[in-house]
Amino acid sequence: MKVLIPIKRVIDANVKVRVRGDGSGVETQNVKMAMNPFCEIAVEEAVRLKEAGLAEELIVISCGVTQCQETLRTGLAMGADRGILVETDAELEPLAVAKLLKAVVDKESPDLIILGKQSVDGDNNQTGQMLAALLGWPQGTFISKIEIKDSGSAITREVDGGLEMLEIKLPAVVTVDLRLNEPRYASLPNIMKAKKKPIETISPDALGVDVAPRVEILEVTEPPSRQAGIKVESVGELVDKLRNEAKVI
Amino acid sequence: MALDAETLSQLLDTVGRFVDERLRPSEQQVEDDDHVPDALIEEMKQLGLFGLTIPEEYGGLGLDVTEEVQVALVLGRTSPAFRSVFGTNIGIGSQGIVIDGTEEQKQRYLPGMASGDIIGSFCLTEPDSGSDAAALRTTALPNGNGYVLNGTKRYITNAPRADVFTVMARTDPDTPGARGISAFVVDADSPGIRLGKPEKKMGQKGAHVCDVVFDDCKIPGDALIGGVEGQGFKTAMKVLDRGRLHMGAVCVGVARRLIGDSLAYAMERKQFGKPISEFQLIQAMLADSETECAAAEALVVDAARRRAAGEPVVKQAAMAKYFASEMVGRVADRAVQIHGGAGYISDYGVERFYRDVRLFRIYEGTSQIQQLIIAREMIKGAA
Repeated sequence: MKVLIPIKRVIDANVKVRVRGDGSGVETQNVKMAMNPFCEIAVEEAVRLKEAGLAEELIVISCGVTQCQETLRTGLAMGADRGILVETDAELEPLAVAKLLKAVVDKESPDLIILGKQSVDGDNNQTGQMLAALLGWPQGTFISKIEIKDSGSAITREVDGGLEMLEIKLPAVVTVDLRLNEPRYASLPNIMKAKKKPIETISPDALGVDVAPRVEILEVTEPPSRQAGIKVESVGELVDKLRNEAKVI
Repeated sequence: MALDAETLSQLLDTVGRFVDERLRPSEQQVEDDDHVPDALIEEMKQLGLFGLTIPEEYGGLGLDVTEEVQVALVLGRTSPAFRSVFGTNIGIGSQGIVIDGTEEQKQRYLPGMASGDIIGSFCLTEPDSGSDAAALRTTALPNGNGYVLNGTKRYITNAPRADVFTVMARTDPDTPGARGISAFVVDADSPGIRLGKPEKKMGQKGAHVCDVVFDDCKIPGDALIGGVEGQGFKTAMKVLDRGRLHMGAVCVGVARRLIGDSLAYAMERKQFGKPISEFQLIQAMLADSETECAAAEALVVDAARRRAAGEPVVKQAAMAKYFASEMVGRVADRAVQIHGGAGYISDYGVERFYRDVRLFRIYEGTSQIQQLIIAREMIKGAA
């Protein structure tokens, strides 16, 4: 089985994100970047499938600037076999990424595509679903468990109010949720070996995909800062305020 | 090998994440239990920390000294006891074999040391011989095709967990001083080796030291490191020489941690209606610590770069270890002061570091021995 794992380079989840002065977006200059945490979970799951003898080849793919190579190296250090970089300086929207991925899938014909359910920068939660639609493949989103069977794959989805168990036929697209696994640290020897694994670079043009944005961002603003609270003198006053000011009881 | 910038930064990021996410949360537990959990040691093995400095052909990472120093800066961000778990494998416990060992000795021990399956330990100090290492009295007398060891080694780091010891012993009792000393690699299960009780210590709980006693301990002839007698003191000095830069970097790392903790506390703690970081006397302490720490880092990094470029750095390495270890002592003292009462209370961990860092001025060459080395090199250079 061949598994494709699309991964995204985002601002490190531990960094405090700041909005650019002109409100055009968030500041990414001189900010520490890392693999999107949900993507790490996707890579980990693929590596486990390979370790269990269920997958033969793991391909990590990323779309974006040259530095996405670093993110691909992280995936390779975790255990993927090779990487593909669709290199572009353009600001990519989920639909553009899905189209780029589809073009690569047409060439590589993987049996399974594992993605993070969303990236922690845009929180769009669209790429996996759009990719499945473009491919016409079954999709399983927000999965917390996956089992590969002869007929396909049994997955458990996290949905409002509980868990949903489904079987889907392969090839398929799945997007992973937080509780699927706990990603490993790439070992130091594997980080060094990852350097020797191949990364192929292709351009959106070569894939024949138009990545021009369809959405215009008008403004990005910081969330309003939290106002100071007040102290109440008595329980009576608290109940009064909850009832008459906050109107919650 | 010299890593490219991207691989090195990924390696440092990974070690940093491991330190922050896995080690730091367990600091107090290790202190309370005087024990590093086995599960964490297993994770350290998986990560490859035991093999940082062991050459790649023997299963390690083969970091050069500049890279090792960068990793040590990161490892310094947490309790020194964690680093001690694999510290002897990447330093004094393995380097004797790496630097002077025969090919057969390297093949036999280094792969296991790199994976962490073999723990190495270094036996130089004795009850009556510490700084004056050349006066050591343990003997290794010829016995058939091998040797028989007799003597006591003291304050041996990681001895309770060690699988193999690098032992400095006198092969020629008639030659006093350094030239009569040879280095041996001795399996810990050799008959005639006895371990003392682990010592109770001021700090670095979780890292253990004890006596190693050799009582008619018979070892084979091929245990002699490098296969040549009389080279042991030189081997020991080479091992300690490289270790100085590593220790200097650890001191800087710990100082950075303490400065970070102190700054965060000073900006949060309010007295007289404002954060204490706004008071100039607190600011003076912060500024002194920050400046001294940066100076120590510059010394360490510069010496490492020179060494990697092939320059002799005996003086620079001694200066780096001397200044950095003294510096972190002052920084820890100020950290306690900035934290005030909280600095004296165990919950904040500052008093723990205050005790932990005291060792840096003592082991792998006391500050006074570093001073002697520095002055000796100055005089040699001017003569």
